[in-house]
Amino acid sequence: MLTTWTQIFKRDLLIAFRRRSEVIHPLIFFVMVISLFPLAIGDDKVLLQKIAPAIIWVTALLATMLSLDNLFRSDFEDGSLEQMTLLKTPLSFLVTAKIIAHWFITGLPLILITPLLAVLLYLPGESISMLVLTLLLGTPTLSLIGAVGIALTVALRQGGVILSLLILPLYIPVLIFATLALQNTAQGFSAVAQLAMMLAILVLAITLSPFAIAAALKVSLN
Amino acid sequence: MEKKYTYTGHLSVENLACWRNEQVLFSDLSFSISPENILFLEGENGSGKTSLLRILCGFRLPDEGEINWENETAASVPEYFQNISYVGHKNGIKDELTVEENLNLMRSMATAEEIKTEDVLKQIGLFKKADVLSRQLSAGQKRKLALARLMMTNNSFWVLDEPFTSLDTASVRFFELLIKKHISRGGLLILTSHHDIDLSGLSVTHFNLSN
Amino acid sequence: MGLFVLLFVGGLYSGLILAPIDYEQGEAYRIIFVHVPAAWMSLFIYMVMAVSGAIALIWRLKLAEIVMISSAPIGASFTFLALVTGSIWGKPMWNTWWVWDARLTSELLLLFLYFGVMALYNAIEDRRTAARAVAILALVGVVNIPIIHYSVEWWNTLHQGPTVTKFDKPSIHISMLIPLLIMAVAFKLFYIGSLFMRVRTELLAREQKSKWVTKLLESNH
Repeated sequence: MLTTWTQIFKRDLLIAFRRRSEVIHPLIFFVMVISLFPLAIGDDKVLLQKIAPAIIWVTALLATMLSLDNLFRSDFEDGSLEQMTLLKTPLSFLVTAKIIAHWFITGLPLILITPLLAVLLYLPGESISMLVLTLLLGTPTLSLIGAVGIALTVALRQGGVILSLLILPLYIPVLIFATLALQNTAQGFSAVAQLAMMLAILVLAITLSPFAIAAALKVSLN
Repeated sequence: MEKKYTYTGHLSVENLACWRNEQVLFSDLSFSISPENILFLEGENGSGKTSLLRILCGFRLPDEGEINWENETAASVPEYFQNISYVGHKNGIKDELTVEENLNLMRSMATAEEIKTEDVLKQIGLFKKADVLSRQLSAGQKRKLALARLMMTNNSFWVLDEPFTSLDTASVRFFELLIKKHISRGGLLILTSHHDIDLSGLSVTHFNLSN
Repeated sequence: MGLFVLLFVGGLYSGLILAPIDYEQGEAYRIIFVHVPAAWMSLFIYMVMAVSGAIALIWRLKLAEIVMISSAPIGASFTFLALVTGSIWGKPMWNTWWVWDARLTSELLLLFLYFGVMALYNAIEDRRTAARAVAILALVGVVNIPIIHYSVEWWNTLHQGPTVTKFDKPSIHISMLIPLLIMAVAFKLFYIGSLFMRVRTELLAREQKSKWVTKLLESNH
């Protein structure tokens, strides 16, 4: 069972590597959109510093949503997904391999480039570390919840439009706790409570979403 | 003499019905397949052949009726689904992987047949194309690659939907032989095909869905 | 349906006439007799939707599917009603039509969840497949509703400080409670009544080719 999981994991990384140019798109989107804000607002250090966490988090949300499309679409369209349902390994377990691979390809680069962008927005040191921490705790949740959405819409023609309607409401708690944590840090308070909530949501997502995702994929295969 | 399959069984379908968008595709469908038997599905385009095959594989739930495997409800027997080798309209291969990589992937996910990827490559005539990206293959070559999963599996129930599309005559002959070997090992086969397939010497039941 | 009208009128009457004037907010506060039950209904119906969705998924009961999908527009309407009445209630106080307080924000997100359910259902052609997809979505939503509520509460109190918003109910006097409950029951009856009508229509539409429906239509001519 574990070997099939590893096979799918490595396969997805290999495919992503061979489609490098596509994989870069969400990252470029992330950088460009964040850069739009100083351009739109002007070099207002105080203001930029204040809204930097919000800008980065909202853009991370949108970039994740953009990147989700290639999570299941290719397997769905070339018949690989059907083959996966006929294996001994349960589909709910296999999808975690795909999602983790996907996070390595999209979530992790996002997190790595964030400190650079945070500096562009005048965010101070402690806030940057908190920002990275919230992204570390939050982006996997975004991938997991988003995977449910994309699993439900992969068979639809207008899937992308509905996807945002489906998952943005579900993303909001993550956004709220992350930005609250950052606000607290900026004001010198402890953010432990918010981080704990984010961790709790992540654990909940890890335990429940694979089943929802597998069920949704099977519905899409109809 | 070929080695018999260790796991095989009887499939029986009772009063199966399938609706799509309020249209009844078929209803009150009943048939059964035993080991060393072939069910050849026939019917006009749109008569539900593909839907029936997909229901058998569990991609779609039947709207009415039952599927039984070895006298138990198939849905409650996980081995039933794991024992299916399915080749549908889509090939189930990744364009971004080379021929050899796709075959290795199939082999690692299959029920451990002791066959080497190299041998398969030679038998399907793609040995020289082992390192070619699957995207660059012709339609017929891709189809051969898709069908290669049948060579790497110990599954005794084959479900094939138009398997020989785009294949040249020599390849069709090759896979006909493969089918014959499969049947003699105690396998079951249900398939649809617009092509003429030589299944002489095998027990074939024709079943027409356009009733 | 008749019972609903009776109760609705009864509820309105006691709310508008009998309940004492709240000394802080004057006559305008009476809109809570619509706002609060509507908000309760918006949540209640979502629960019903999720439960019938779970039943539809596990036991594949067609009736459960129909109840689930017929409830969605009704639930959305109640949510919208709660939002509008909440906004009307707040206008005299805040002088704006909208404020991002915890309750209104939660209701707004709930409205989006309803829209998502309805959009997904309409996007999938085959009705049974659509029902299964929506059931999964409704279940995911139901798990998230407490999380969303909680996070919005937290967000609101931390952003606005300890000032109590006017939506926080002061200790409710019994004479205010009764009209509220009457309205709640009235709304529930409305839900059941309109759900029944919708389910009947949907069932007839789905089974239009089956024998019992054609007999029914024939006997009516």
